[in-house]
Amino acid sequence: MSAKILVVDDDAAIRRLLVRTLDRAGYAVVEAGDARTALNSLAIDKPDLVLLDLGLPDRDGMELLPVLVKPPGPAVIVLTAREATDEKIMALDLGADDYVTKPFDTAELEARVRSALRRSAKAAAERIVVGFGDASIDLVERRVTRDGHEVRLTPKEYALLAELARYPGRVLTHVHLLRVVWGPAHVDDVEYLRVTMRGLRRKLEPDPAAPVLLRNEPGVGYRLNGNDP
Amino acid sequence: MTERDRPEPEAFLAAARAEGRGKLKVFLGAAPGVGKTYEMLSDAAVRLREGADVVVGLVETHGRVETDAMVRPFTVIPRRPVDVGGRMLAEMDLDAILTRRPELVLVDELAHTNLPGSRHPKRFMDIDELLEAGLDVFTTVNIQHIESLNDLVASFTRVRVRETVPDRVLEEAEIEVVDLPPDELIARLQAGKVYVPEEASRALGHFFSRSNLTALRELALRRAAQAIDAKMLSELRAQSLAGPYAAGERILVAVSEWPSSPGLVRAAKRLADALGARWTALHVETRRSARLGEGDRKRLGDTLALASSLGGDTATIPAEGVTDGLKRFALDARITQLVIGKSRRSWWFQLRHGSVVDELVRDMGEVAIHVLPAGDDRRVATEPQASVIDPTTAADYARATAMVALATGIDVVLRPLIGLNSTDLVYLVPVMAAALLYGLRPGLLAGLVAALAYNFFFLPPVYTFTIADPQNAVTVVVLLGVAVITSQLAARVRAQGALAATSARQNAALAGFARALAAAPDESTLGQALAGESAMLFDARAVYLTRRDGALTIAAAVPPEDTLDAVARAAADWAFDRGQPAGRGSDTLPAADWLFVPVTTGGVTRAVFGLGRDDSRDPVRADQRGLLSALIDQAGLALARIHAEFEMAGIARLEERDRLRSALLASVGHDLRSPLTTVVATAADLAARYGEGDPAFAALTGEAARLQRFVTNLLDMARVEAGALQLDVQPIDLTDAVASAVHDVRPALIGHAIALDVPPDLPLIRADARLLHHCLINLLDNAGKFGAPGTPIGVAAVRTLDALTLRVIDEGPGLPPGFETSAFDRFARIEGSDRAREGAGLGLAIVKGFAEAMGFTVHAANRVDRGGAAFALTIPAALLVRVDVG
Repeated sequence: MSAKILVVDDDAAIRRLLVRTLDRAGYAVVEAGDARTALNSLAIDKPDLVLLDLGLPDRDGMELLPVLVKPPGPAVIVLTAREATDEKIMALDLGADDYVTKPFDTAELEARVRSALRRSAKAAAERIVVGFGDASIDLVERRVTRDGHEVRLTPKEYALLAELARYPGRVLTHVHLLRVVWGPAHVDDVEYLRVTMRGLRRKLEPDPAAPVLLRNEPGVGYRLNGNDP
Repeated sequence: MTERDRPEPEAFLAAARAEGRGKLKVFLGAAPGVGKTYEMLSDAAVRLREGADVVVGLVETHGRVETDAMVRPFTVIPRRPVDVGGRMLAEMDLDAILTRRPELVLVDELAHTNLPGSRHPKRFMDIDELLEAGLDVFTTVNIQHIESLNDLVASFTRVRVRETVPDRVLEEAEIEVVDLPPDELIARLQAGKVYVPEEASRALGHFFSRSNLTALRELALRRAAQAIDAKMLSELRAQSLAGPYAAGERILVAVSEWPSSPGLVRAAKRLADALGARWTALHVETRRSARLGEGDRKRLGDTLALASSLGGDTATIPAEGVTDGLKRFALDARITQLVIGKSRRSWWFQLRHGSVVDELVRDMGEVAIHVLPAGDDRRVATEPQASVIDPTTAADYARATAMVALATGIDVVLRPLIGLNSTDLVYLVPVMAAALLYGLRPGLLAGLVAALAYNFFFLPPVYTFTIADPQNAVTVVVLLGVAVITSQLAARVRAQGALAATSARQNAALAGFARALAAAPDESTLGQALAGESAMLFDARAVYLTRRDGALTIAAAVPPEDTLDAVARAAADWAFDRGQPAGRGSDTLPAADWLFVPVTTGGVTRAVFGLGRDDSRDPVRADQRGLLSALIDQAGLALARIHAEFEMAGIARLEERDRLRSALLASVGHDLRSPLTTVVATAADLAARYGEGDPAFAALTGEAARLQRFVTNLLDMARVEAGALQLDVQPIDLTDAVASAVHDVRPALIGHAIALDVPPDLPLIRADARLLHHCLINLLDNAGKFGAPGTPIGVAAVRTLDALTLRVIDEGPGLPPGFETSAFDRFARIEGSDRAREGAGLGLAIVKGFAEAMGFTVHAANRVDRGGAAFALTIPAALLVRVDVG
């Protein structure tokens, strides 16, 4: 059974386009033009993923988020304006899986959708080993290897990598990472994160100056580009 | 630096004023006939030979052949004919000279009084205007015309000249004394070589006596020396060298309506000059002042005006008595020397009131007091006019007498009934009542009548006016005494009451006016309030003019339909342009029916206020000038407030506009982006469905993507322009920033290899991640557009001592010469280049806007190793972050 996707956007042209694109990619698509219809669809259609535009005519999309993501809710990808950094962070903090900025590239959108659906499918059976590039992390044994050799990480480096590996492909905000790794007192100390990330990249990236595994999302956070299982 | 040798602001001001203003040279003579005009002409001839543009504004040759010959080389500005009562006379043509604009103008007879209808009443004012216009002026004057020496010269020559020149005119001038020994002058006079003005001919013999001429000559030389001293002093002050001048001396001269006051003022001026001191003429307004006649008021006003024309300050303060007022003012103003006139009042007046001089000498120990004789002037009105407040009529005397009669009647009835012994007390009632109600004289009459009645009816021998018992004589005296004392007390109370009432009326008017002004929302309401109030207070017509479209127009008037004639308009323009009063009662255009005063705020004249009367009286009496300036000052303050409010409203409007612009940006952004998203995605969709290889689809997607970039750039630029950038600064790793930008801009860089040289051990930088990201994207995009296909694009970061520089380098044609500095300008394009690669010329401007918002600097240059350009972002050391994290 193909995954079911709910498209929520008040702009009919974009909605139609999204529907057509996703339909062609083989997904079952339902659509909603406002928050009320979206909530109805959520209850009736039980979608696996929601593409949510935050600017809705009857309610702020941000209010809708907590309702949508309540377990066992669908994965949520937020459609947002490119420069709306705060909006992205807020949506992620409220439980959105990812965001796509408008205007978007359809190929990229499809990739994000695939990735989000995969994550939610795996959420039930939590992964123990996460591979990325030629390296992998074993979250139970707390071991990191590269090309079969163990890589020695500092405790903070390990904690950071482990947190990213728990949600591969998903953007984790600076605040989230700082809270988990350094504690609530250090949520503003972004420089800790930057410096530790440098250490991780030096040890794990093929080219630390042009990172491809541990990716930066400007102003928002980091994501780990995991290998498909 | 001590208080005394700090440069005085006035000295600087004077120096500043002197710049741009023409220079004045005065040829000063001791007497007519010494050859001033001749000297002036020969001096000017030198300037003429040097090539200066010299014209004769006006020279009196008095038909002398030598002088006529002297004038010949100069251009002479023809005189302006003036019609005076049918007779055609000629006057210097000021406007013709101003239009001609020579370098130097020769104007004879500085002290000349202009014919009626001229712009200025005095020639020295004409000259002032010439100087103000930047023209140099040579002029001549005789020593007896100098204002402060006028008295002195008159005292020994017995010829008083009416035409005088204020001392300040000479103070700014270069003075050349035209000197001729008295004997030679007398010889010239006898040879008929001297033109003698008519008014002097009577006293000719006396005036040209050797002793007089010697004295005049000495005066002239002394005055010239003094002028040089004053100039030196002014320079010393400007340079703040501790000079040998007496600092801190302050002189006060007490003036009244007495004719001797102008003499006192001149004496004070001489004293002040000698001491290099500031001086003030003070009039103390007592309850007597309210009873002054029109002539006295005018004289007082003239005296104060004389003081200001001689360079002194003037002040009028109300007080209970002259001495009180003087003492208070002297204390407040830190007066060191006081000049007063000797009282010429009778011994009787002094006995009652005490001598002002005695009291001052007793009470003002710190102050040097100069008591000057009142001179030979006679006081014109020796007694105040009959009290305006309390005119005593015959009825008052009758009523006073009736009261005494009534008291006598009561006494007659009472005496047999209760056997009253001291019935004299009963008479106190009518005497006190009469003195209290009707004043001194009816009171005295009542006292006298009461004494007589008491004597006649009750004192033995009864029914005679004989007094047997000397004890009873005392009673008569007591009754008279009571009348005197009571009436004095009552009169004083009444006068104080009247004074207080006048003052209260004025204060109330001012307070009401202040309230009206405070509420005035705009200038025309303010003008209306000012005009209304003044029209009432001064019993005159009032207009308020503001400049609109270059001309003064009536903004408010009482009565409302008022118009101004040409002369009044000229006066109004003058007042506005010069920031000085003009028209009736002032020095400029006194022939106008109106007096105009400027309304200034912060030194800028914003409007002109005019008062006019139909009869020939001055619209503002001398003693009302203070009131007028209080009103004008208040209006000025209110005007400043209105202007400030207007400016605030302007700022509020700007803010509102910015807010609207931001809202518009957000809305336009959304509206543009949504259809674009659809277009871009649909194009991709179509390409996927109908074949990637079709060039039509490639063109569609490519152009759609380009349009998308334009819109993005346009919105970004608009945000920079609107100042709507809100920074969220955080520590950023350049490696992160560069990698993300390269990742996002990949599609535009197809065909270029990216060479990254960003060392991993660089310090973090403090920046806004989003803005930095856009900067890098635009720089990379730009490199992709201009780099030759297939060439690498380099991104290199270098740490220097005080900064971190990030360069984006391409290989291509590079920047044309001269384009390095303008590359970051908005819409900067390279001429003749391929437009398709251009973008809207906004990309680099956005880089600059964003970078500068974050505190970075941008720089563009051509590569030196090969063809191509390098664009640099320089992050100053202050924005670098060093951290140590375990």
